[in-house]
Amino acid sequence: MSCLRIAGREFRSRLIMGTGKFASGEAMVAALAASGCEMVTVALRRADLSGKQDRFANILSYVDPSKYVLLPNTSGARTAEEACRLARLGREATQSSWLKLEIHPDPRYLLPDPVETLKAAETLVKDQFTVLPYINADPVLAKRLADAGCATVMPLGSPIGSARGIETRASIEIIIEQATIPVVVDAGLGAPSHAAEAMEMGADAVLVNTAVAVAADPVRMASAFKAAVDAGRAAYEIGVAPRRQEAQATSPLTGFWNEK
Amino acid sequence: MSYSLELRSLPVGLAQSATPADVEAALGRKRRSLEDFAALVSLSAAPAYLEEMARQAHELTLKHFGRVIRLFAPLYLSNECVNVCRYCGFSHNNLITRVTLSLKEVLAEAHYLHEEGFRHILLVAGEQPKLISTDYLQECVERLHGDWPSISLEIGPLETSEYGPIVCAGAEGLVIYQESYDRAVYASMHPRGPKKNFDWRLETTERAYAAGFKRLGIGALLGLAPWRKEAVALAGHLEYLLRHCWKAQITVSIPRLCPAKGEFQVPEPVGERDLLQLVCALRLTFPEVGIVLSTRERAKLRDGLVPLGITMMSAGSHTEPGGYTGQGKIVIGSEGKDATEQFEIADGRSSAEVATVLAGMGYEPVWKDWDTTLNE
Repeated sequence: MSCLRIAGREFRSRLIMGTGKFASGEAMVAALAASGCEMVTVALRRADLSGKQDRFANILSYVDPSKYVLLPNTSGARTAEEACRLARLGREATQSSWLKLEIHPDPRYLLPDPVETLKAAETLVKDQFTVLPYINADPVLAKRLADAGCATVMPLGSPIGSARGIETRASIEIIIEQATIPVVVDAGLGAPSHAAEAMEMGADAVLVNTAVAVAADPVRMASAFKAAVDAGRAAYEIGVAPRRQEAQATSPLTGFWNEK
Repeated sequence: MSYSLELRSLPVGLAQSATPADVEAALGRKRRSLEDFAALVSLSAAPAYLEEMARQAHELTLKHFGRVIRLFAPLYLSNECVNVCRYCGFSHNNLITRVTLSLKEVLAEAHYLHEEGFRHILLVAGEQPKLISTDYLQECVERLHGDWPSISLEIGPLETSEYGPIVCAGAEGLVIYQESYDRAVYASMHPRGPKKNFDWRLETTERAYAAGFKRLGIGALLGLAPWRKEAVALAGHLEYLLRHCWKAQITVSIPRLCPAKGEFQVPEPVGERDLLQLVCALRLTFPEVGIVLSTRERAKLRDGLVPLGITMMSAGSHTEPGGYTGQGKIVIGSEGKDATEQFEIADGRSSAEVATVLAGMGYEPVWKDWDTTLNE
């Protein structure tokens, strides 16, 4: 299977994992290992950014930098200004210039603000960040963000944590068709089949969190997602059979013509 | 526009008259209306449908919040108050030991809580504009801001322009309980003081939102009026705020009246099963709203409610100024006298004990879930 390449860096796994909602740091570490992921996102608001090694805000200590590319995220930010401020402090604290840019002013559905996201992305790219913005599945916004120098776009399948799967399919298809940077389907993937669907559609990667974190057995669910992502990607690379309205016999009736 | 207009047309009657079929219909829907909420808090819902409500509430809580509980601590700044509230330990006409902590004393109390692990703090004070001035509050927030990622306040209602400097100083949240949404009950419970003004209090959250607070907490003090009606009005308020204050994180508290100083008898007692029903109904109707549970409730009930919808808990709390470190003791003769508490707490476990129990239940106690940077 081909490698995923983001901002010049290669990844064998096309599954990116989130670190929220787990019952404990240990449960999270075990699930990350089972997922085979090589990149994890961590909410900066949960981390200690003061440099004081706060043991009551130690989520980063669970992410082994030798195993994972750390993708800090700006969840909690409601404006470009807040996101940029958080990103800069986060870079100092984590030494990672990679950033999942999340700006959702509406805490109810956590839908991203396109205006503020573009504004922040432009600033942060100039500031030498590798920006992976979380967006609604808006093809024009995706192009604007690519033009601004973002490393990927991360359109949502459905709202964060909703487990509703890919409700934005038609728009994501356009984003993938027009993409010049990797497309990572993020949010709403509640079942491995949703992840496989995104990969079959040609998404370059998916990001999963809630479905694994709240599963009765996060480790097994993480490996189920891993298998689904691999299967979906393989199917995409091989070429999924086109849909047809009518049946087509698996043993063609005219085959005898060529038989000796 | 104000919630007081909508308050008149709530489906309050349904909380009494809903049938089992209404409850079943409510349980069958994906997104639930206020009418559904009324059915879920009705007599028809409990005990018959309580288990099913709890099952769904648990699922929704897991999905939206995961296996985490955010911990916070109240820090009482002052028990001075100009209001007469018949149920409150701080009521103006109660003869109690009253204390307003100095800035230095506030910092000492906060330091204690910080050492305990808390990074989310709720500053609580009675309403006494001379002693608990906006300048005083602003200064407290300013001095705490550097060490506390999340600072909320539970104080007497202010004007938007008065909230502004407090927000700028680094406060994130404002908590205000309407106490009762029943105007007649409200009037009888608050005979004197500025708190008499029902609408002024009701509109506090919108003024706070306009001033820039990012987290708004509301609640009703359960036990003052029939709880099912109060619950519908509280749900209506939540629904209103979600529409009008859409950028704010809205949380809801469900405090039950506890014994306090004075001879007050709880007029409409709310049982533990009622509280359970209310938590489930809130979660089923507002899957994304945070539900706060304080140490007013006993440990076993608190632990039991966690999987059903609770997302934020206080722990190891004291409800008197100086309660954590003995700050602000009043010296009379050779004896030091502690300030009087607002109410007795029922869960006396330390924060570490609560955290251990939560971890044992499969929940991560989260001490820090916000950052100072987001408040600047």
